[in-house]
Amino acid sequence: MTTSPNYNARAHGGLAALLALLLALLSGIAASVETPSTDTPSIDITKFAFAPKEITVVPGTKVIWTNHDETPHTISAADKTFLSKAMDTDDRYEYTFASEGDFSYFCTLHPFMTGIVHVRK
Amino acid sequence: MTASNDSKPDSPADPTRRKALNCLAAWSGAAVVWTMVGGVPRALGATGSGPVAAASARAFTFVQISDTHFGFHKDANPDIVGGFRRAAADINALAQKPALVLHTGDVTHLSKPEEFGQAKELLQEIRIDRVHTVPGEHDALDDGLTGYLKNFDHDGKSRAWYSFDQGGVHFIGLSNVLNFKMGTMTSLGDEQIAWLKQDLARVSHSTPIVMLAHIPMWTVYAQWGWGTADADQALALLRPYGSVTVLNGHIHQVLQKVEGNIALHTAMSLAYPLPTPGQEGIGEPGPVKVPAGELGKLIGTRQLTVVRGKHELALVDTPIDHT
Repeated sequence: MTTSPNYNARAHGGLAALLALLLALLSGIAASVETPSTDTPSIDITKFAFAPKEITVVPGTKVIWTNHDETPHTISAADKTFLSKAMDTDDRYEYTFASEGDFSYFCTLHPFMTGIVHVRK
Repeated sequence: MTASNDSKPDSPADPTRRKALNCLAAWSGAAVVWTMVGGVPRALGATGSGPVAAASARAFTFVQISDTHFGFHKDANPDIVGGFRRAAADINALAQKPALVLHTGDVTHLSKPEEFGQAKELLQEIRIDRVHTVPGEHDALDDGLTGYLKNFDHDGKSRAWYSFDQGGVHFIGLSNVLNFKMGTMTSLGDEQIAWLKQDLARVSHSTPIVMLAHIPMWTVYAQWGWGTADADQALALLRPYGSVTVLNGHIHQVLQKVEGNIALHTAMSLAYPLPTPGQEGIGEPGPVKVPAGELGKLIGTRQLTVVRGKHELALVDTPIDHT
């Protein structure tokens, strides 16, 4: 990653290009920190674990889980408000959190796999 | 195979039942010891001191297979069907013809109708009249046990637990793949334990018991959910019996535990190996990819033999690669 901007800068023959690229990168990072509601957070299922295991979103946010394991997994709310079908490798499941609250969930096939979505205004 | 509704194994008119009762005379009532013997079935004659060598033509023999995961086609085993067929050929070639085949669950990988269909067809390649199964959690995806029971409703009662008598042994199949709760191990549930109590009420304490359940009936490794939370309630009902053998699958490897008269055994898969609990460098119970040529040593079948007149019963685990 650190070599890429330098390469681009040289290729385009100027310091301006490098600065523009860095600026673009920084503004991208800033945007993701300040306005999470505009994103669709992704949660990866890898090696029988949810990553990130805990996230905070605003109401109305759609969250997408993707299974990267060779073993099927499910997403099930602890209170059963949402439940995915079994997700094989590369299958995705999405759920939109409409209201505030703390939503614990787990994989019904491997109940030691747990995660939580905090929904806050 | 007994994958239909027409089986009435409990009928007193069933000749196997009469045979079972006659067979009881051969049991002394002493504890039956199950012996783990390495090697392959055709080495039976060579292991002079092994109990299997003592098996006579009258011995009651059956086979356990497990975790076939029909429908799985990933790197850990791209040829599930080929491996199964080699195992079936081994079973068909056994000198002592098994009376039945027990499948301890995860028949399919994703509970798809076509996977259950393929399973039924392939299981018929084992030339044994009766194949009994219990469901694994992979057989209970999305629609619970609906798809499984369409194909493997052994006593026509639309539930995944049942019992039958054969060869002097009382066989019990249980389901521990429907009650998964967050952060805990699976369980059998009160309804099934109540049924078990009722079922055992008619079985004498001198009758050998063989119990099947997919997930281990003892806590092998709680961190990976390798155990059954209320297994102790079921095992308590079995303590008065002189010989109890619990056969499990799920963890794709051979482990055993002996607790008084109760011996618990897990079996190899016929699909792919899983890591040993706490195996260095592996933090999760996913399929283990092994170098080419190694897989056949890590998947396989099990033969169990009841030797009449002997206290010892024999158990032989055979990988599909054996020369």
